[in-house]
Order: sequence, then C-alpha cells, then structure tokens
Amino acid sequence: MTRGVWGWITTVDHKRIGILYGVTAFVFLLVGGFEAALIRLQLARPDGAVVSAGTYNELFTMHGTTMVFLAVMPLNAAFFNYIVPLMLGARDVAFPRLNALSYWIFLFGSLFLNASFFVNAAPNAGWFGYANLTAKQFSPGANIDFWVISLQLLGVSSLIAGFNFIVTILNMRAPGMTFMRMPVFVWMTLVTQFLIVLAFPVITVGLILLLFDRFFGTNFYNPGAGGNPLLWQHLFWLFGHPEVYILILPAMGIVSEVLPTFARKPLFGYPVVVYSGMLIGLFGFGVWSHHMFTVGLGAVVDSAFAVGTMLIGIPTGVKIFNWIATLWGGRIRLTTALWFALGFIAMFLMGGLSGIMHAAPPVDMQQQDSYFVVAHLHYVLVGGSLFGIFAGLYYWWPKMTGRMLSERAGRWNFWLMFVGFNVTFFPMHFLGLLGMPRRIYTYAGGLGWDLWNLVSTVGVFILALGILVFIGNAVASLRSAAPAPADPWDGRTLEWAVSSPPPEYNFRNIPTVHHRDELWALKAGRAPVEAAPPPPREIHLPPPSFYPIVVAAGVVLAATGALTHLALVVAGALVVVFGAYRWAFEYRSSLGGGLRPPSDASPRGLRGQSPRSSGPR
Amino acid sequence: MTQHPPVRTYLLVAAVLAVITAVEVSLFYVTVMARFLAPLLIVLSAAKFSLVVMFFMHLRSDHRAFTGLFVGPLAIAIAIILALMALFGAFVVARP
Amino acid sequence: MTTPHEAVIGSTGLDHRKMGVWAFLGSECMFFGSLIATYLVYKGRSPSGPTPHEILNIPLTSISTFVLLMSSLLMVLALAAVQRGDALGARLWLFGTPFFGMIFLGFQVYEFATFVREGLTLQVNLFGASFFVLTGFHGAHVSVGVVWLLTLWTLALRNRLTRADALIVEIAGLYWHFVDIVWIVIFTLVYLIQ
Ligand code: HEM
Ligand SMILES: [Cu+2]
Repeated sequence: MTRGVWGWITTVDHKRIGILYGVTAFVFLLVGGFEAALIRLQLARPDGAVVSAGTYNELFTMHGTTMVFLAVMPLNAAFFNYIVPLMLGARDVAFPRLNALSYWIFLFGSLFLNASFFVNAAPNAGWFGYANLTAKQFSPGANIDFWVISLQLLGVSSLIAGFNFIVTILNMRAPGMTFMRMPVFVWMTLVTQFLIVLAFPVITVGLILLLFDRFFGTNFYNPGAGGNPLLWQHLFWLFGHPEVYILILPAMGIVSEVLPTFARKPLFGYPVVVYSGMLIGLFGFGVWSHHMFTVGLGAVVDSAFAVGTMLIGIPTGVKIFNWIATLWGGRIRLTTALWFALGFIAMFLMGGLSGIMHAAPPVDMQQQDSYFVVAHLHYVLVGGSLFGIFAGLYYWWPKMTGRMLSERAGRWNFWLMFVGFNVTFFPMHFLGLLGMPRRIYTYAGGLGWDLWNLVSTVGVFILALGILVFIGNAVASLRSAAPAPADPWDGRTLEWAVSSPPPEYNFRNIPTVHHRDELWALKAGRAPVEAAPPPPREIHLPPPSFYPIVVAAGVVLAATGALTHLALVVAGALVVVFGAYRWAFEYRSSLGGGLRPPSDASPRGLRGQSPRSSGPR
Repeated sequence: MTQHPPVRTYLLVAAVLAVITAVEVSLFYVTVMARFLAPLLIVLSAAKFSLVVMFFMHLRSDHRAFTGLFVGPLAIAIAIILALMALFGAFVVARP
Repeated sequence: MTTPHEAVIGSTGLDHRKMGVWAFLGSECMFFGSLIATYLVYKGRSPSGPTPHEILNIPLTSISTFVLLMSSLLMVLALAAVQRGDALGARLWLFGTPFFGMIFLGFQVYEFATFVREGLTLQVNLFGASFFVLTGFHGAHVSVGVVWLLTLWTLALRNRLTRADALIVEIAGLYWHFVDIVWIVIFTLVYLIQ
C-alpha cells in the first residue's frame, strides 16, 4: 500500500475512498450545522439582529444544499464504499479508478460551492432555487451561478458513483450470493443508485436550462417571453422527490442490518422489506407534484398526486412493521447502534405521519411553506437519515477503524441528540400551525411564536452537544481504545468475517455464500464448511492511479472558468481530455504495445501473505 | 461473448431503416395524410428505434440484464415526457 | 479501456464495462427525455417567430439523418470486422463511422448558421432556445462519439486492436447507436411533426 499523502491522493482502494468520503462529509455536516445554529440564533427572539436579511437567505440556502448534497449523501456514500464490497465478498468495486474520480469531483465541487462565501456571493435562492428568484434580472450576482455549477459537479460525481455501484452490486457478488441472499443494506444501496442515475439527469437538464437563461439570455423560465417558471418546479421535484428517497433508503438499509444483529434474530420478512424498497423507489418517480399543491394545478392533478403520495406511504409503513417485528421476541442487546436504530424508527415514523398529513391537498394548503413542513422534513432527514447514519457509524466503526467506541459515551451521544433533536424540531409543528412561514429572517413579537422559537433554539445546543460527544468519543477511540476484534457484535454478514480493519485485499479467498445470514449460519454450523482451497499465491489489486484527481481538477478548473474567463474553461477541458487519455491508456502503454497484461504481472501483487485473517471458511 | 448476427442481417436492417426513413419523409409531404401524420410517424420512428436497439445494439440476442437496464429507464422517461406534456396542456385540443 | 482488473467477467457472467455502459445509456434516456419534454412542452408557446414551420429544412435534414443512420451500419460492420480479426475492415469501418458522424455534424453546423442568419437564435423565442439546446446537446454527444471512434481507429492503424478487444469496440458502438436512436426520435418529433 502506498503510504502518506500521495498514497491517499492516488488511492483506488474502496476502503480508503470510503474513509475520505466519511471524513469530508462529516466536516460538511459540521459546516451545515454551524449555519443552522446561526439561523436558530437569529430566530431565537423576535426582531433578531444576529445576521442581515441577505445573509439569512444565504444561510438557509447553503444549509439546505450542504446538508443534502455535502453531508447526508456522501455520508451514505462512505458506507456504500466501505461496506458494500465487503458485504458482497468482493475485493473492490467494479471500477476503482472511477470511484476515486467520484470522490475527487465531490470534494472539489463542495469546495467550489463554499468558495462562494469568500467572494461574498453565496447562493441565496433556497435549496430548490425556484425560478424567477434565480433569474439574472433578480439575482445579477454570481450567487446562483455558484449554486448551478456546483450542483452540476456534484451531480456528475453522484452519477459516476451510481453506475459504478450498480455494476458492482449486480456483477461482483460472491459465488452463491443470489439476489435474495444479499444483505438489505446492499439492496437499498442498489435501489438508491438506480434512483441517482435516473433522477440526476432530470435536474441536470433543469440546471442546464437555468444556466442558459443566466449565461446566454434564453427565456426558459421567463414568463415575460412565454417561458414558464413552473417547468423548473416540475424538473426540480421530478428529481427532488426521488432525492428524498436517495437520502432515506440507505438509512433504512443500515437499520435493517443493525436490528437483526442486536435482536439476534433474522430480519422479519426479508423479501417484503426488499420489495417494498423497490416499490418506494419506483413510486418515487410518480409523486413529485405533491410539492406543488399550492401552485394551482387543478383538482384532478392534485387528487392524482395525492393518491400516489398516500400509496407510497404503504410500503414505507410495511417496513416499519417489519422492523418492529424483528425486535419482537428477540434477545435484545441495547448497544448504541441499536439505540440509534430505535430512534430512527420512532422519528422516521413521526416524519412519515406528518408527510401523510400534507399528502392531502387541503391540509397541505395550510401547511405548505410553513414551519410545519420544516418540522416534517427534519423528522425524516435528521431523525431518519442522520440517526440511521449514526447507527451505522456505531455499528461499523470497529470494522472501519479497528477500534471500539465507548458505549458509555455512545449512550450520552444518543440521548443528547435524541432530546436535542426533539426539542429543536417538535415545536416547529406548533409554529407552523400557528402560521409562522418558513424562510423569514425575523418576526414581530406577540404573534404567539416567541416561546416555541426560543425552545427550538435551545434544542440546537443540546443537539450540538451530542455531536461534540461523538467527536470526543471518536478521538478517544482512535487514540487509545482497545483494538476491535474481527466480529465484535456477533455479526451476520461477510464484513465481519475479515479482520478489523480488513486487509487491503479484503478476502484471501473469495467466500462462497449459502445463506442470507451467512456468518451466523457458519458460526452455528448450519453452512457447509468446505475444505479451504489453498490460498492464492498472489492477489491482484487495482494499482493506484493519479489520473482520477487530474480529471477532477480539470473539471473544476473548467467550472471556475465558467465564472471567470473562457480561457480557463478551455484549459480545464484540455486537462480533462489529457487525463482521460492517460487514464484510458494507463495500462496499455506500460505494456509496450501488448494487449492484455499477462495475468501474473500485476503491478501490485501481494505475494506470500500469511493467512492473518481467514475468510469465512 | 454473445452470438452476433451475421453481416447480412446488418445490411438487411440498414435497408429497412433507410426505407422507413424514406417513407417518413414522403409522408411529411403528403398533405391528405395530415390528420394521421403524427401517430403514423411515431409508429414508424418507434419501429426504427426498436430495429437499431434489437439488431445493432444486439438486445434481441444479448443478456436480459442489459435489456432491463435500458428499457426500464426508457419507460420511465417516456412516462415522464407524457406526464409533463399533459400537465402543460399539450393534449388539450383547442376547439374552433 | 483495458485494465487488468476492470476487464472482469462478473457474477452474472457479463463484462463490467458493458454493463456500466448500459446503465449509463439508461440514465441518458432520462437526460434526453427531459430535454425532449422541454421542447414539446414549449412547442407552439413562442409568442413570436420564427416558427418551426418557417425555418426547418426537411430535405437537408433528411439527408443528414440518413447519413447518421448509415453510420450505424458502418459501426456494426466495424464491430463484425474486429470480431473476425479482419484488420483491414476494422480500419476502414472504424474510420467510416466517425467520418459519417462528421458529415452529420457538418450539416448541423451549416443548419445552425443558416438558422441564425434567418433570425432564429437562442434568445429570440422559446422555439429557438429549446431547439438549439436539444439538438446542440445531441450534437455534442455525436462529437464525443467521433473522438472516441477516431481513437479506436488510430489503435486499429497501429495494429493494437485485435479480436480480444472486440468488447471495447462494441461498447463504443453501443454509445454510437444510442446517439443515433436519439436522433431518430428528434427527427420525428422536432422536424416531421411540426
Ligand atoms: C411517508 C412518506 C412521506 C410523505 C407522504 C411525504 C410527503 C411530503 C409532502 C406532501 C411534502 C410537501 C410539503 C409542502 O411543501 O407543502 C413533503 C416535503 C418534504 N419532504 Fe416528505 N414525505 C415523506 C417522506 C419523506 C422522506 C423520507 C424525506 C427525506 C428523507 C422527505 C423529505 C422531504 C423534504 C426535504 C421536503 C421539503 C421540501 C421543501 O419544500 O424544501 N420526505 N413531504
Ligand atoms: Cu416529495
């Protein structure tokens, strides 16, 4: 393994890329959290004066965009990267260099978005950037340009990762791992990747039209010239609703791994959980206009989308029953991971219920654009996605770092976050019903909103304390905690069959799978223990590559050019082309005109390793 | 490696494609057909589309997984086009 | 293109790269689908001209459509040649395909220039905007395909494209045919059904 910084820059190892995703995304979680804290400070009292109206607009826009694209999605990506190949019994993803490319474009795109702060032009039209607010006429600065271009970059990153993981999951399952033996986390990852590759092109087009409006004077969203701002809303929510499932399905997958492990009982109704996940993904493309009930699309359209939205609640509810039934009668070990999973079920249930409420258009007419919707989306996104991610963090931390986390600190972590979260967001239901609109930078006293706003702001600090406890726990664990065994939780899936952290090549011999809960079956003697084949003399791993970061640098250079000078666009494009060609011929040229490398000439073979960690056999 | 059709099939498919294109363009000029022009043309281009996908892209004989990866998204895309057209009133026939 | 590790036949017995390209093409359906939807939604909504009726040149575009269609034939011939190990055929058709692609692009450049001269621009009305964006992105896809195929052609010229590499030709072909079928749709929906 190449060491040092260079090793990380050129790495194509899915585990390292997973860690890069995780660390970067966690930093952006803190950034987004800081923005949220400023928002809440501003709203703590009537007539707040912490920030100006303009800054407030930038804060909520950047907060939403950061949390969705730079925190929750890449935190999920960290688990996809690290865990999915291990669960599949694979040595890496299908396209290791593309995997590195996804990460670098994500990193550069995130930095690009946040660079807007330094030139005083942070995006300010909300995370869904409704048309007309984003028109050049009303927003002449570079704010929206930063937003459009960085979203395009992040989209490219997600799309590349999407293709990569679809192929990885379909095509790199260990022998014997049929689809119905795949861990649910892998299943939910697969559905998520399909949602990504199908939903992101739609917003790409929406953003292209916006870009043309702003850069080249077209009138796609300009009603003055016959254009229709509603087209943006449709394209955005055609992407946006699948996007909310992109954010939640991985958490559902994590919880479906954590619950059976700590209830010591197989997941209840595995096929139902899988099929309902697929149904949710498919229905997700047919309900987007529930975000547009107040637009006035007409009774027929509203009714159709209301029915679709309520239908989608069914597979969602089914899953909740499955999780509860998994716990029922189990021999439960209340670890922190399980606490977070339980928190997920409870909070996601509440978010789902408020969702069903505004699935009814008349109700939504009251709630749209009020703090009630803010409460809903945070119950599903924080109480749902983020709690799921924390369950995953506590569950897989030993695997990823080779160290245990403190369970005592974990308990504090969970309860502080749980209480803080509810104190922050539950009152927002009241605020919304009391008529407080979202996205106002201040309000007059005496409207009945004062108390709940103050309570909500207090909650943020409890929540932040919980995150601090996590950071402390993590640092202490990396510094001095006891080394983690290969299988600290009596796990069911293949990642627990290898050491913690796993060796670079994951599995000495690719395992053969006979059961859905393969490791349990093995440990209980229910799976055939075959005589281990002789360990391979060497294991081929993809060699490190410099070109992913070169291509990503070219892409971001071109993006920078779009805001500054055309010459930079050309330069960036040239770097991309150069990088892409060197990439394509990286192996061919080193072989001097040959075709395929002889199979024993791996640039990075691992010869004669002692079987430090044996596979599941 | 999957079995690809022989060159003769390719030539035949190309000939059919050329003929359909010729028919399409001539239909455009036949004004009596104006009322049925749109549906006819859509059927004809769908035929061309399928020929290329089935024979030139080999989906007819290739693994089903590839068909799934392509046709599923295609169906969603078509559904979305139709839905958006409906939402924007493209199918509302203006009464004289 | 070929790497020791990415050229793996996976658990479905299929090649990673080919499967990846099919997934990509599925995603491209959504991309072009959204562009086409935009065009159709705005059809007839421009407050002022020029209109499609006034400006589209059917004879000219019929020819370029035909050229692109035939480039797909050359593409499958190229693939068949590489699969047979027919070096000469590979060189010929791997040049012919992008060459036809370039003819198509030439037509498109001429068409765009004429339209602009006749007053249809990105800015003038919704038809101009949605027409140029839709066909322009298609043209960009053709250009990428041309560069890709010419790269393969240079490999063939240097005898570095053998039967074992048929798959990378097939993958380029899948992309190329996809671009062709998108044009089949555009030609009908934009040009013929006005
Ligand atoms: C039972 C499932 C769900 C239903 C029925 C539902 C329903 C809805 C409805 C009708 C709205 C529009 C409210 C309005 O703007 O007036 C909405 C907004 C929203 N939902 Fe959900 N939802 C569900 C699950 C989720 C999930 C799982 C997530 C994300 C993890 C999510 C995230 C959001 C977000 C971010 C918004 C606000 C968008 C915005 O206006 O900024 N929802 N939901
Ligand atoms: Cu929604």
